Order: sequence, then C-alpha cells, then structure tokens
Amino acid sequence: MALPLAFFGVFFGYPVAAIVARGLKADGRWQFGRIGEVLGDPHTAEVVWFTTWQAAASTALTLALALPAAYVFARLEFPGKRLLRAVVTVPFVLPTVVAGSAFLALLGRGGLLDELWGVRLDTTVWAILLAHVFFNYAVVVRTVGGLWGQLDPRQEEAARVLGAGRFAAWRKVTLPALMPAVAAAALMVFLFTFTSFGVIQILGGPRYATLEVEIYQQTAQMLDLPTAAVLTLVQFAVVAVLLLVHAWTVRRRETALRLVDAARTARRPRGAGQWALLASVLAVIGLLILLPLAVLVLRSLDGPDGYGFTFYRALASAGDNGGTFVTAPLEAVGNSLTYALAATAIAVVVGSLAAAALTRRGGRLVRGFDALLMLPLGTSAVTVGFGFLIALDEPPLDLRTSWILVPLAQALVGVPFVVRTMLPVLRAVEPRLREAAAVLGASPLRAWREVDLPLVGRALAVAAGFAFAVSLGEFGATVFIARPDHPTLPVAVARLLARPGELTYGQAMALSTVLMLVCAAALLVLERVRTDRTGEF
Amino acid sequence: MPLLQLDSVTVRLGGRTVLDTVDLAVAEHRTVCVLGPSGSGKSTLLRVVAGLQRADAGRVLLAGRDQSAVPVHRRGVGLMFQDHQLFPQRDVAQNVAFGLRMRGARRAESERRVAELLELVGLPGAQRRSVGRLSGGEQQRVALARALAPNPRLLMLDEPLGQLDRSLRERLVVELRTLFGQLGTTVLAVTHDQGEAFALADRVVVMREGCIAQEGTPLEVWQRPASEFVARFLGFDNIVEAGVAGDVAETVWGKLPVPLGTPQGRCRVLVRPGGVRLVPAADGLPCEVVGRTFRGDHVAVLLRPSAGPELEASCGLGAAPEAGARVGVAFAGDEVVVLGE
Repeated sequence: MALPLAFFGVFFGYPVAAIVARGLKADGRWQFGRIGEVLGDPHTAEVVWFTTWQAAASTALTLALALPAAYVFARLEFPGKRLLRAVVTVPFVLPTVVAGSAFLALLGRGGLLDELWGVRLDTTVWAILLAHVFFNYAVVVRTVGGLWGQLDPRQEEAARVLGAGRFAAWRKVTLPALMPAVAAAALMVFLFTFTSFGVIQILGGPRYATLEVEIYQQTAQMLDLPTAAVLTLVQFAVVAVLLLVHAWTVRRRETALRLVDAARTARRPRGAGQWALLASVLAVIGLLILLPLAVLVLRSLDGPDGYGFTFYRALASAGDNGGTFVTAPLEAVGNSLTYALAATAIAVVVGSLAAAALTRRGGRLVRGFDALLMLPLGTSAVTVGFGFLIALDEPPLDLRTSWILVPLAQALVGVPFVVRTMLPVLRAVEPRLREAAAVLGASPLRAWREVDLPLVGRALAVAAGFAFAVSLGEFGATVFIARPDHPTLPVAVARLLARPGELTYGQAMALSTVLMLVCAAALLVLERVRTDRTGEF
Repeated sequence: MPLLQLDSVTVRLGGRTVLDTVDLAVAEHRTVCVLGPSGSGKSTLLRVVAGLQRADAGRVLLAGRDQSAVPVHRRGVGLMFQDHQLFPQRDVAQNVAFGLRMRGARRAESERRVAELLELVGLPGAQRRSVGRLSGGEQQRVALARALAPNPRLLMLDEPLGQLDRSLRERLVVELRTLFGQLGTTVLAVTHDQGEAFALADRVVVMREGCIAQEGTPLEVWQRPASEFVARFLGFDNIVEAGVAGDVAETVWGKLPVPLGTPQGRCRVLVRPGGVRLVPAADGLPCEVVGRTFRGDHVAVLLRPSAGPELEASCGLGAAPEAGARVGVAFAGDEVVVLGE
C-alpha cells in the first residue's frame, strides 16, 4: 500500500496542489475570496448543471446500449467475436479530437446524415451523447462482460429450478453478482463524461461547456488561473463525493462469487430471442462505432486527386506539412508505443499492489484510499499536465527533461482502470484456496502468485489492455508535457488539426487512422495472450 | 513424545469460545479422529494446528517444538479441506504437484511422485484431466493425493468422506486405513460421522462445544460412553435417571444391574438397545410397541413403558413384534452403562 500511496502523493497530489496554490495565492497570501466570487457567478452554476446532467444522460444511454453487448460477448459464441471485441475498444483510445471530427463528419453540416436525410445533430446535445456512447461502450462491455463470462451459469440454473422465470433468475441471481462491475463501469463512464473535453470542444459549439472545457479556457485562453483553480476544486469536490458514494455502495454488494473459466460459459446462440439480441447488438456496434470509424478512414483516403494514399505518404517526411514538425509525423508511432508500454508497466504494478492491499485489509482508511485512487479520473487532465510542468521542474524532483514524465502522467489515468478491473475479481477469489496453498508450503507472496494471479490473470490482461489503450490515447496532460521533438500520436494529430488547410486535415485523418490501427493491433495481440493464458497454469 | 500436542489451546471467535482449553496428543503413525456435531469446534482445531487460525491461549507443539511463531507454509503439515479446494485453473497433475513445487522438487522427481500418488489413490493416468470435470469422489482422491504428495509429517483431514455416497465411502474408509498403515502416516481427522470415525481411527476424541467430552479407542468409546452427551451423540437414547445402591440401580423402569464398585447415589444410566430383551408381558416391565425401524441386520423396536422415557430394543429380523403389541422388557447387565455427569 505504501508504494501506490507514494506514487499518488508525488505524481498526483503534489502537482495538483501546486497549481491550485499557484492560482489561489497572490503576493504570498491565500486569496479565498476568489472562491466565493467564482461560485456566486450564475455562469458557473450553468456549467456545473450542464456538466452533471449530460454526464448522467450519457452514462444511462451507454449502459442501456452496452449491457446487452456485455451479455452477448460473455455468453454467446460467434465467429469474429475476438476481432469485434478489439474493434469496440478502438474508439476508447482514439484522441477525443479525432472522434469529435468523425462525428462531425457523420452528423454535422455536409455530413452523411445531412446528405441522406437532411438531418443535422451537431448543434444538439444528442451529438455529444452519441459521441460519449461511442467512447465508453468498451468500458461497459469489457468491465461487465469480463466478470459476466466468469460467473457460473449453474447459479442461474439453480434459481430456475427453484421456480424463477428466465428474467427473474437473471434479476435475482446474475444481476446482484454483476452489480459491483456495473457500478464500477457506470462510475467510470460518468467520470469520463463528467470531465469530457475534446468532444464538447468540437460538438458542443459555444452553447455547451463542461467544467473541463471551462477550466481549459480559463487557463489557456483567458490566463485566469484563480478562476481555473476554483473550478478545479469544484470538479474535485463533485468527483470526491461521487467516489465516496460509490465506495460505500460497492462495499455493501461485493461478495465472494463462484468464478469459472470464461471459455466454458459461452455457447452458440439458441432460439429467436438470442439471435435477435445478437443481431441488434451487432447493429448498434455497426451504426455507432464502425460507421464513424469508417467515415474517418474514408476521409483519410479522400485526397485532392481522388482516393489514394497521398496523405499517408506526406506523413513519412518532416517537410511536407508546413513546418509543423521537426521530425516525420510517423515517428510519433514509435514514441507513442514506448511511452504507452512504460505507462502500462507502471500502472499495472502500482494498480495491482493497490488492488491487493484493498483486498487484504478493511476499515475506513482503506476505503478512503480506494476512493483516492479514482480521483485522477475525475481531475482535469489539463490541470494534471500543467501541474506536472510547474511542480516537477525543480529539485528535489526535476523531471522536466526526462522522458519518464509522459508515461508517469499517462499511468496516473491507467491505475484506476487496473484497480477497478482487478478489485471485483480479486475480492471474489475464494480465500480458502490461498489457505490450501499455504498449507502446501506456499508463502503468502507465493500463494498470491500461485492462486490469485492465475485466477485474476484474465482480469490483469484486461486491465493492462485498458491501461495501454488509455496511455496511447491520453491527450489532455500529454499535450502539456510531451517534448516538441517527441510528440505522441494524439499530440501530432492535434497539431495537424490546428493548422488550417486540406492537406493537414487529411494528414490528421490519416494519422488518426494509423493510431486506430496501432490500437487495434495491440488489442488483438492482447486478446490472444489472454486466451492462451486462461487455463494454462 | 507425541508428534502433535495441544496444550490448553483456546480460540475465541467473535465473543464465542470455539475451543476451550483443549489438550490433545497424537502419537506418531497413529490415526486420531475427532468426532463431534457441527459447531463443536472440530474444524477450528485443524485450522489452529495448520496455523490458519491463531490460538488465543495455549500452545501447539509439533515434534515437541512450539509452533506459535511458525507460519502456515513452514509447518510441514498437510490439510485436506472439506470441500477439497482444488485449484480450478490447474489440472490434476499440477494440483498434486503443487506442494512438491513449493519445496523446490525437480521436475522429473515430481512427475514420478505424482504418478505414484495417483496410482495410490486409484486414479492412474489422470494427470492431464481438468479438476472441474472430476466427480466428487475423484476430486476427493485428488485432494488426498495433493495433501500426501509432500510427505507431510502430520496429515489432517476435514470431513474426509463427507460428500460421498455410501458405498464409495465405505470402500474409501477401508482403503484409507490400509493406505495410512502402509505409509506410516500420522493422521488427525475430524468428522461428524461416527461410522467413519470408528472405522478409520486408532483413537477417537469426542468434542462438545469446544471441549473434549471423551477420548479413547473406538471400542472404549462405543462400549462405555462417558456422558449422556456422548451416548446420545452416538445414537443411544435409552437413558434414565437412577439411584445406585450396591450393585443395583433403581429406576422408573425397575431395578437394573450395575457393576460392583459403581459410585453410590444419583446418576444417569444407559441401557444399549442390545441389552433390552423382549420377554412375555407378564415377565418384565410392561411396554407397548410404538414403532419398528428396519435397519438391515436388525430391527429397532421403539417401546413405550408404563412409566419413564421410551426405550429402543434391538431385535432379530424374524422376532420383532408388530406395532401395538404388548410385551415385557428385561435388561441385560453387561449392556448397562453408568454415565458421568
């Protein structure tokens, strides 16, 4: 528990505190009067209200659309399942800016819907909500589906025999067992949408702003650090309250579950109901996830002289993009992969230690720690990145010139995923299996390695995948701290998008496509590793 | 020196005393069975010896050495859990080899040992099978092989045959007893099934609410239950209040013969069903037959005497009277047991 605590203290608490202090302290004195001023502003209230309700609506919509998919992925066997599972995860790692443009191309002026039916959604909140579903679909499918696949179907059968109907059995047996995972997923989606930035920037127009957007504008455009600091604190407070409620509800629900090998619980769909469910899930995935991605790819190929690889060729050299880059944009692929691997390693180590500590001990302190781990998700990435810059640039911790700064910031966002994915499974491991190992001569550490690790290996792989994906797509913090000559993919895309002109726009789309393919490839490898490990030990 | 010795071990869990100053010794190469109803603290006893549960007071000694500072994995004991707790993600061979691996055994050696043990428990060639697809009896055997593999100095079994069907159970009891004899294993088993305990053990320890109620060879415990609790737990219900004077106990059922030297005064006596003889109604205690239960090799006849508690008699298959019949009862002196408090 000490290592994760130190990690969060130094790389999260300290930078955030530094930037808040920078904002609220003038002439060496604290200016708490600012807090009252900002909070009293009706505009602040408006922003908070919009942030909250759009997040709630997005979460509800995501759950409604993704829970059936979680079932389909957990319980049904169909060709191409593994590929599809990787595909739905791709949006999650796309830079928000890119996804925003993809939805704009789909729903906005001159977009696909406009051309076909004259429907435009880009000025409505629906565009935001749909984009949020696009992003967070995978969170629910993977978090809930991962556990669902390992639940013993015989529990439900037992309930059926005892006289429960199909739905009643699901509601009384499976749903309660799934609740911790559903709650975890819902919380994550809510946090993401609550702190949504890129999507709102592009699709929200001037009418809609979340706290994160407001913080960014105050920091980067109006240079009003005190207001940004207060808004950061507001966001912080809301997130903290949310996390406490979550920790409290989850604690009451988590119980030891019977876990079985996921490969044995899935079977081919039977009956009209299951086929219809599978078909509708596939349709939702097609419309909501594949279509925007397809539009993105089309745009990247739609060059000035018809369809072709013009934009891709331009990516390979440093000169062809109007001096935006010192090096060829394609080198960003290497940078991104290196950073993401390092970040994943850090996140998995810190996250597993934290999850193990949370399983072993109880008490209020630990529950507080649990909530603390989730805070980075709810904190403005802009704040964290900016905080890194001003806090970690002087002795004793001068990391400004070190490449490790980027993976550290990315790992910060990855750790909560690792913890959230591991915890429900770790808590569900039968403690007496550990005792059996101990009696057979395994030390506590060895018992953890021999018993817990193989059982949670799947969850660990999923968690690592998430951490990797999040690191790959992280933008808000990285944009502040990545060195100009070592941009990551999302940073490179944003730089291209920031320059007007058809060539750079096309290159941005092309680079996004590259990023998308890198993610898909990485995730496919992961899926393979994961199934090879299951039942191996 | 006994291999295992418990010195006034006390365990409290949530304000309840689960083990109350328990003293117990298990000699090397012996099989001791702890017998008791559920909740009597049997499983906790095993957990204390294994080190999975800390004793609040008292000491656990293995080969004369105090184990209080020794962690579970260094005690060198084997424990077979009631529900086996086989590692679900490992196959049969990997389960059995687990303890060997923890001791750093070489691969070839451990493979040989696994094959040997699977042969021993009657599952030859089962190495690559998945534990999830084994039947209850097979799981039991794998759990046993897993516990035996590292050659523990003390093997502990928690309800070893608990969930098995009767014929398998009876066969396994015999097999286990032969096996432990061959291997010279020291065994501490707990069970709630007296048949299992008597068939398996050299010594039986009966527990009641965290205390030892009686200890002795199976024969001693069966023939001379020490208290009403032990008698009733063993299934003997012909117990009645008595006043002993000389070699006669005065009861509501009449005079019962007791051995000379029995302490004088008030006590309770047991008449085992075999000692309840049916005679013509005029020649003994008049009773009415209220029930008959077929028990395979005999019939248990339930009798209601004119006074006092009901009596059970054991009759030959042909000789059992019909329900409603009126019979007399005489008592055989060698089946009368004077019980302690």
